[in-house]
Amino acid sequence: MSVLVYVENAEGKFKKSTFEVVSYAKEIAKQLGTSLTALSIGNVADSALAELGKYGAQKVLSVSNDKLKSFVNQAYASIISSAAKAEGSKIIVLAASFSGKGLAPRIAVKLEAGLVDGAVELPELTGGKFIVKKNAFSGKAFAHVELTSEVKIISLVPNSYKVVEHPETATVTAFESTAAESDFGVMIKDIVRASDKISLPDAELVVSAGRGLKGPENWAMVEELANLLGAATACSKPVSDAGWRPHSEHVGQTGITVSPNLYIAIGISGAIQHLAGVSSSKVIVVINKDPEAPFFKVADYGIVGDAFEVVPQLIEAIKKFKEVA
Amino acid sequence: MKVLVCISNVPDTTTKIAFTDNNTQFNAVGVQYIINPYDEIALARAIELCEGGKGTVTVINVGDASTEPTIRKALAIGADDAIRVNAAPRDAYFVAKQIANTAKDGGYDFILTGRESIDYNGSQVAAMVGEFLSIPSVSIIKKLDLNGTSATLEREIEGGKEVVETPLPFIASCAEGVAEPKIPNMRGIMSARTKPLAIVEPVEITKVAEVKSYETPAPRGQVKLIDAGDVSKLVDALHSEAKVI
Repeated sequence: MSVLVYVENAEGKFKKSTFEVVSYAKEIAKQLGTSLTALSIGNVADSALAELGKYGAQKVLSVSNDKLKSFVNQAYASIISSAAKAEGSKIIVLAASFSGKGLAPRIAVKLEAGLVDGAVELPELTGGKFIVKKNAFSGKAFAHVELTSEVKIISLVPNSYKVVEHPETATVTAFESTAAESDFGVMIKDIVRASDKISLPDAELVVSAGRGLKGPENWAMVEELANLLGAATACSKPVSDAGWRPHSEHVGQTGITVSPNLYIAIGISGAIQHLAGVSSSKVIVVINKDPEAPFFKVADYGIVGDAFEVVPQLIEAIKKFKEVA
Repeated sequence: MKVLVCISNVPDTTTKIAFTDNNTQFNAVGVQYIINPYDEIALARAIELCEGGKGTVTVINVGDASTEPTIRKALAIGADDAIRVNAAPRDAYFVAKQIANTAKDGGYDFILTGRESIDYNGSQVAAMVGEFLSIPSVSIIKKLDLNGTSATLEREIEGGKEVVETPLPFIASCAEGVAEPKIPNMRGIMSARTKPLAIVEPVEITKVAEVKSYETPAPRGQVKLIDAGDVSKLVDALHSEAKVI
């Protein structure tokens, strides 16, 4: 009856979003008066697996297998489903990461489960109901979705739930892969990771810029500011459409929806489609020379000024702040 | 070659989202509907790959009769024919089941969808259809090329990309980069009216999820303006007041 949480790793290491889902799943298990089991697939060191106890996992199932070292969607879905059956788990939690978005729907069909993809808060459990709040209309609204199936699956938006320590002693047990040969149809040919870059969907701080920067040659200051802060870089749709920046940086209704602690928008006017993608940011700073830019209406802090003057000054001010701190 | 593209009928991206009936219903008054923008990318790539007599593109939509203008738009863009499953799309599981049920005997070489719909943002349908049909699914792709009996896809991952090869048939959900959306020309618009649109009845399944209510994000307080000549004040505020750096 335990809650099952799938703990995703990147090259053998757990990321913050993994600790977020463990913390989130632990709170659900607590409210339901049951225990928490974590499932890891891929080659993760036992010490890292045992560390999941810090966030509340009492049991860790580990599938360690060279064929499963990298993400194989169908095989992973088969294993997670059979682990849920073996544990008698009726609630499965995972991250709404790129992999999680591929996995959760397949698990849902295997287990005839209702799925909330992109949860942003803990479920409401009053009166025997199970209602989960999720992003809808690409950040313009939230929906409260009731799951009525026996098995329920939730994928959690990165950076929407805090990592909470809840020390338990986690026992690590090997779990046998149940994936069939037919689950390995998709072959990975190449993985390209920009190791010096912070991944945008996971980022706690984001520095984003728009057409106000006039051309791709002017992005050096955006990158410098992002590096100084340890932030990911992002952009508006016209910028990625023009090929100044890659599509993977496009934030907005038809791009990536982000929910960082801080979103700095430089030279972005704030079209409704862009605002949709950033509305769940905790703090928004807008730098724009047009005082009428709609972005100021949804900003927490604003500077009316020319980006080419303000941003270099901001970089200097942050350098000074870092020296003191 | 036969390709199936799943399209969703969604409010235009400029729509101000509002709700009625105590926040339980989406307020559709005055709302313009469009093909989900990601589905348009999928459709454009399918048409490119079938150009020059290499194949046919069928679009499928789960919706009531009101979605027909959106389906006709897809036909005008260049799809060869269309199927409408005559039911309100109550949740992703239901929609995926209808698509899988219609596609299972269709002999499609591959199926494409958008990465997610811009209304319910589930990003569930593609992988669910894959599971229902027991075929590979690759979610959130940025590139798609065919090489005979297999396809090479580029999939987005955190901080990078992954290149995968999948045998046919498969289903993939498309994001920006796969293709540029196409604008229908006059000939397309004229011919769309007479292209075949089949209407099929849905299969019933048990409900697994239901939207109980909606809410809009809480408005933010008044913006605090900081003088452009004194940006260190912003750094102070972000540190001591907002506590984000």
